[in-house]
Amino acid sequence: MTLFYALIALGSLALIFGLILGYAAVKYRVQSNPIVDQVDAILPQTQCGQCGYPGCRPYAEAIANGDEINKCPPGGEATVKKLADLMGVEAKPLAGGEEAEPVKTVAYIREDECIGCTKCIQACPVDAIVGATRQMHTVIDDECTGCDLCVEPCPVDCIDMLPVEQTKQTWKWQLDAIAVKQID
Amino acid sequence: MDSLVEQIERGTLWQFPGGVHPPQQKSLSNQHPIARLPLPDKIVLPLKQHIGANGQLLVNKGDKVLKGQALTKPSANWSLPVHAPTSGEILDVTPAPSAHPSALPELSIIIIPDGEDKWCELHPIADLASLTHGQLIDVLHNAGIAGMGGAGFPTYIKADSHQPIEYLIVNGVECEPYITADDLLMQEHAKEIVQGIEVMQQLLKPKRVLVGIEDNKPQAVAAMKQACEHNDTILVRAIPTKYPSGGEKQLIRVLTSKEVPSGGIPADIGVLVQNVGTLFAVSEAVYKGKPLIERVVTVTGNTIHKAQNVWALIGTEIKHLLDCQGFTPVAEQRVVMGGPMMGFTLPTVRIPVVKTTNCILAPDNQELAQPGDEKACIRCSACADACPQTLLPQQLQWFAKAKDFDKLEEYNLFDCIECGACSYVCPSEIPLVQYYRVAKAEIREQKLDQIKAERAKERFEARKERLEREQQERQNRHKRSAVTAAKPDAEKAKVADALERVKQKQGDKSAVQAAIERAKAKKAADGSLEPDNSEVALERAKRKEQARLYKEQKQNTQDSEQTADDKKDAVAAAIARAKAKKAAQQAEQTAPDEQANLEDAKPDPRKAAVAAAIARAKAKKAAQQSDEPEASVEPSQAQTDEHSAPRKAAVAAAIARAKAKKAAKQAEEAPSDTNAEAEQAPSDANAEAEQTPTDEHSDPRKAAVAAAIARAKAKKAAKQTEEAPSDTNAEAEQAPSDANAEAEQTPTDEHSDPRKAAVAAAIARAKAKKAAKQAEENAQDADSAPAPTEQQKATDNNDTSDNAPLTPEQKRQAAIKAAVAKAKAKKQAKEQEGNDPS
Repeated sequence: MTLFYALIALGSLALIFGLILGYAAVKYRVQSNPIVDQVDAILPQTQCGQCGYPGCRPYAEAIANGDEINKCPPGGEATVKKLADLMGVEAKPLAGGEEAEPVKTVAYIREDECIGCTKCIQACPVDAIVGATRQMHTVIDDECTGCDLCVEPCPVDCIDMLPVEQTKQTWKWQLDAIAVKQID
Repeated sequence: MDSLVEQIERGTLWQFPGGVHPPQQKSLSNQHPIARLPLPDKIVLPLKQHIGANGQLLVNKGDKVLKGQALTKPSANWSLPVHAPTSGEILDVTPAPSAHPSALPELSIIIIPDGEDKWCELHPIADLASLTHGQLIDVLHNAGIAGMGGAGFPTYIKADSHQPIEYLIVNGVECEPYITADDLLMQEHAKEIVQGIEVMQQLLKPKRVLVGIEDNKPQAVAAMKQACEHNDTILVRAIPTKYPSGGEKQLIRVLTSKEVPSGGIPADIGVLVQNVGTLFAVSEAVYKGKPLIERVVTVTGNTIHKAQNVWALIGTEIKHLLDCQGFTPVAEQRVVMGGPMMGFTLPTVRIPVVKTTNCILAPDNQELAQPGDEKACIRCSACADACPQTLLPQQLQWFAKAKDFDKLEEYNLFDCIECGACSYVCPSEIPLVQYYRVAKAEIREQKLDQIKAERAKERFEARKERLEREQQERQNRHKRSAVTAAKPDAEKAKVADALERVKQKQGDKSAVQAAIERAKAKKAADGSLEPDNSEVALERAKRKEQARLYKEQKQNTQDSEQTADDKKDAVAAAIARAKAKKAAQQAEQTAPDEQANLEDAKPDPRKAAVAAAIARAKAKKAAQQSDEPEASVEPSQAQTDEHSAPRKAAVAAAIARAKAKKAAKQAEEAPSDTNAEAEQAPSDANAEAEQTPTDEHSDPRKAAVAAAIARAKAKKAAKQTEEAPSDTNAEAEQAPSDANAEAEQTPTDEHSDPRKAAVAAAIARAKAKKAAKQAEENAQDADSAPAPTEQQKATDNNDTSDNAPLTPEQKRQAAIKAAVAKAKAKKQAKEQEGNDPS
């Protein structure tokens, strides 16, 4: 008789917990892999495709699926480090021997040389180039991510990647300039 | 325990943690009153001298401006106008090095003073109480007043605080060594400062106004106390000298014991701090209508001959200040903007004085030592003790070096006021504050990058979405265009079908053509792109063949007709004669000739029947004639020949002779007369039989049939000749039956291939004509003269032959009849030819 009661009690408990778990599984279902969003937030969103994926989100998905974390040259060392922390893997030097501190660039169209072919407009992943057919094009430099993708399609090579001009807002104290020697 | 207000009123002061006591060095510059400088050669006025946005440029290159004239118009949030510090002409509007550690170029208005220093029209406010809050704020805004203590925060925003302000704190502490600008300003312009305080009181309605002045400036304290004696809400407090008590948060702490929360602003705790210089500017703006165009700048340092405070126009180059005060640069001379603790070394002296510039320090190397080499941190924690914000500078230093920005934020890096106390106390000469500045800049940059990345992501996704949408639209459009294109296709197909039908209709005249059309249509339906011409070619070849054939026939008939036309009359006459002769013979032999005649009746069964009837009649006659003796046959024949055609009597006589000769020959061969006759009949029949094949070479089947019939007739005739006297009736009966048989056979032949038969008939006729001609030419073969094709002619001839013995008139008639018959025959032949091609 005791055995019978024990079975009843355990069985009913199992049923109750099962129902709770089943409900929770439906109610709190995670729509997408949250790690992808976290990785995507770390990536610099230049959409340059240098990682071999068509944009930052696809690379984030690839990382979530176990791809290498050191394929993002625009992100530099800092991004690799963050990704390493997030994914719980060793930080590696950037693939392809890229410099750790990438120089930020912005596309500049030499406007008198532009023939208005719109090829760069089609190539721009963030629609940062304005212009029309047989009209001069120009880059909205605030929106340019410096991904280089517009340079290749230009038939007259009138696009330069210029380093981003420093302003007082982006200026950083140069420790070397005030004779600070670092000891690490 | 007393309340906070009571404590404050009693003069209680609090302490802030940390702090240092660097050498004051203020006596260098505070011994002289504020000097007026001569006008500089050039004014460089940066558009942006404060925190916030640039104003909109109102002037252009070459414009003449008056002192105090607004050069920019405030536009976006937190933007302030700048004003011409003196009258003159605008040389240029161009980027120029800015008052920043980087000296990065900034858009500036360059004015060449005309030396007149002529003011524009000013609008001082006589009655402060008459102004609304908003109007007063606008006055401050349009005067371009920014915080003059250091950060350059737009004053009008501070004055328009939406949070209730309990304590307005006036910052006259000036804790940084060397700087005495506020000190002197308070000494000389305490009254104006108090006016400014009162303006702010009107705006902010604080409970108390606390004026904090370090106790190392007793004159300033005294001046301020005197100036605000009339207003007991203004409490002047001398606070202990300790760096950095002039910091906003530290001063609040000292005067009110309140602490500004991390990341917050003083207004959050009901406190607002204003610098005395700012309040002076407010007073000037409100009571004199003067915008912020000049400020007190301490020019000091051991390399300055006459270190003192000066009224410097905003935009005056540092070089001008130094030059005016007697600057003797040393080796590795540094010029610092701001104090020794928080200032920065200028990369160049061609940098303008801006609204936040309070001190130009040009120290020699003894008073401000060149920073030595950084040594290892010995973890002495002196920095932590000195930190007025109770941060952990040592930890922050490690994190800053490791660029661990998350940790830096976690350790409240942004609460650091960059006072430099930690660096000052560091025994290892670690430039801690520089590390923090770099780290702060990098974090800010990262945040900006993050925002930018977020925007790039949004734009990228928006673009992706747009591209997908466009593709979708393109596909839809293609679908639509395919549908609209299919409609014309269907219409085309319909048109093609119609054309096909028309063609088929047209082609109905030729079944073969129709078949080819169908084949073509089928092929087209099968989708073979290359048109198959083989069928068409075949068809064409066939038609050509037909045309050739037809032409040939026509030519033949024409030839024969031509020849016939030439000697038609003669031939016809000859034929008629021959027929008459034959008829005479037939009258004796009856059956074979009748049969031959009947044989010619092929085309028309009706005619055949008529012919048969005639034949029967002839047979009867022949039977009557057969009663006469056989021997008289030849003379009678000759007679009939002579009667029928007197012209050709000779010919006929010759023929008759030949026949007679033949008959004689035959008679020799055949002992009995009957036999001879019988022999002759077969020979006739054979001749006929022989001729028939030549007639009908074009149709071997018919020829064969005809030959067979001829043989059968010859046999019969032979038999009949034997049995003739006895079985005339039987013979007569047999002949029609034969004729009928022939008549019956012909239609079946005709049915099988009417065209061919017609052609064959035409050829036969042509040949017959030819043969007739030949027969005439060859008199000997007169016997074998062919039976005329036209039955009517034959019958006519028969008639003539029948009637011939009767009268010469009748003979003439017969001749006419013969001609008519010939014409008819010709007509008939023509008709037949005309019918043939169709």
